[in-house]
Amino acid sequence: MIEIKDLHKSYKMGSNSLHVLKGLNFNIKEGELVAIMGSSGSGKSTLLNILGMLDELDEGSYTLDGVPIKNLNETKAAQYRNKFLGFIFQSFNLINYKTAVENVALPLYYQGVNRKERQEKALKYLEQVGLKEWAGHLPSELSGGQKQRVAIARALAAEPKVLMADEPTGALDSQTSYEVMDLIQKINDDGNTILVVTHEPDIADMCKRIVHLKDGVIVEDKKVDQVRASQYV
Amino acid sequence: MWLLDRDLWTEILNTLSKNMFRTFLTMLGVFFAMIILLLLLGATNGMSNSFDKIFEGTSSNSLFMWSQQTSEPYKGFERGRRIRFTTDDVELLKKQIPEIDIISPRIQLGGYNTPVSVYRNGRTSGSSVLGDYPLIDEVTKKNIVEGRFLNNKDIEYSKKVCVIGQEAYEQLFDKGEEAIGHSIRVNGVFFTVIGIYKKNENIDIDGDNAVFIPFTTCKKTFGGGNQVGFMAMTIYPEYTVPPIEAKIKKLLKNKYSIHPDDERAIGSFDMSRIFNSVSAFTGVLNGFSFFVGIFTLLAGIIAVSNILLITVKERTKEIGIRRALGATPRVVKRQIVLEAILITVFAGLLGFTLSTAILAGANVIFEGMENVPITNAIFSIPQFLISFFLLVVLSVLIGLIPANRAVKVKPIDALREE
Repeated sequence: MIEIKDLHKSYKMGSNSLHVLKGLNFNIKEGELVAIMGSSGSGKSTLLNILGMLDELDEGSYTLDGVPIKNLNETKAAQYRNKFLGFIFQSFNLINYKTAVENVALPLYYQGVNRKERQEKALKYLEQVGLKEWAGHLPSELSGGQKQRVAIARALAAEPKVLMADEPTGALDSQTSYEVMDLIQKINDDGNTILVVTHEPDIADMCKRIVHLKDGVIVEDKKVDQVRASQYV
Repeated sequence: MWLLDRDLWTEILNTLSKNMFRTFLTMLGVFFAMIILLLLLGATNGMSNSFDKIFEGTSSNSLFMWSQQTSEPYKGFERGRRIRFTTDDVELLKKQIPEIDIISPRIQLGGYNTPVSVYRNGRTSGSSVLGDYPLIDEVTKKNIVEGRFLNNKDIEYSKKVCVIGQEAYEQLFDKGEEAIGHSIRVNGVFFTVIGIYKKNENIDIDGDNAVFIPFTTCKKTFGGGNQVGFMAMTIYPEYTVPPIEAKIKKLLKNKYSIHPDDERAIGSFDMSRIFNSVSAFTGVLNGFSFFVGIFTLLAGIIAVSNILLITVKERTKEIGIRRALGATPRVVKRQIVLEAILITVFAGLLGFTLSTAILAGANVIFEGMENVPITNAIFSIPQFLISFFLLVVLSVLIGLIPANRAVKVKPIDALREE
């Protein structure tokens, strides 16, 4: 699904340049649930931004579902993001004046799906995350866990190839974190490919594979026995 | 056609209506600007309507000419010679000056040269008596309140009929007394009243203490040969009066051996000069108010742009989210520009409605007031359309500023955690 070869990325900071990613190689197959771990400054967010087409790579190659991702203009990038990727953010990033169902329907709007179908799909995914009865509520009326579940529903709504979660539990207490991870595991069980960036070991353990980044290189890439989050819920 | 896309408009309307306060504030500038523009236009139009009313009934390109005494000796003639126009001059002008549309000669009894008495049942009115052709009615319109004005039959048969002004009527008749069909005496000769006219409210050369009798009757009854005291003319609208006036004077000066520089021998009055200066005044006023109004409008639209620019900054995150979810730069841009257009158009229409109401109210109030020089103050449809068109065009151009700012925001920057 995802193929990364010899990926380099550096940022110019005035006169010096900061080499953040120093030649990464890894592949993610369909249906995997991968945790990208590392401390702050390890380059994990940069990696996710590049994988999420929010940032461009300097060197190397990135292929997503057989499509080379290179030199995209903003329009193309937006279309690919819409088609291939679903984002889940640490701070949820819901649009605060739109109701839950409107938020979920937004990527479908940008896909050009008609109103009726949008509404149906959005409700279906809200139901999947267990928030159907909250459909008409604004984000401000929802708890943190509920907001993240709406965000997950929104990421799912576009039926992307890969879900990318950037510290999805970073703003949640541990109980709510496990609920969200439980949901992510269930979505993965349905065959979705998911990438989770986290610095919390217990969250990483709930994935099937952990890629450990340190100072811009992969220091460890191992398959793990998945800890089911449902046992804590 | 994406402009008719219901989803697009729903999205924009949602964004605007869910941020009611912001939208409202944004609208204020354009709303007031539109009101100022339209009220200014309405007021100046009302003013020029008032001026038009003053000139109503007088042909704008009319020219009046009469003979006086020479002030320069010329070709052996002494100064102070009295010039008298004749009916031959009328024929001469008709033939030689094709630019003249109507020419109507007049003999005036009374005034400073010929004594005249208008008398009835022991009363005199002191009216001037004017021997005229019916054509004079086309140069300076007489508002007939009763009966009719002179016609060609009166001229043809030299009938002893007259049309009297309202003041003359009041002098000669009792209030409410029937005048039509009754006789008055002019220098001892009986004339039957066939009509009463009211003078024009504003500009009037003859006044309403006058008695109009047929030109031919006047000549036959009171003598004077073929002399003509006064000629009223209108010039075809495609010509301007002053050069024609000069041409006529040159012709007549030549005929009567008047010194070419003698300004006093022939008197004239060019109505178009007054018209032109007044219409130049209203034109300048109109242009000025349009100018002021358009700049006010521009300021209003710039205010919209400014606020949108601020809200774009405020909405950086939202725009970043939208773009992460697949909104292309074009879609983001379109949304911002359409928001700008919708706000300005809506505010503009609100301003239009309110200013129409204000002007309508003002018209009702001013209607009865004699001394307010505003009549039917309203902006014209073309004026409104031009303003509205400018409003939309400017809002698109100015909406592009915040729109471009919005797409410059990289989603990665917008979404970066603070």
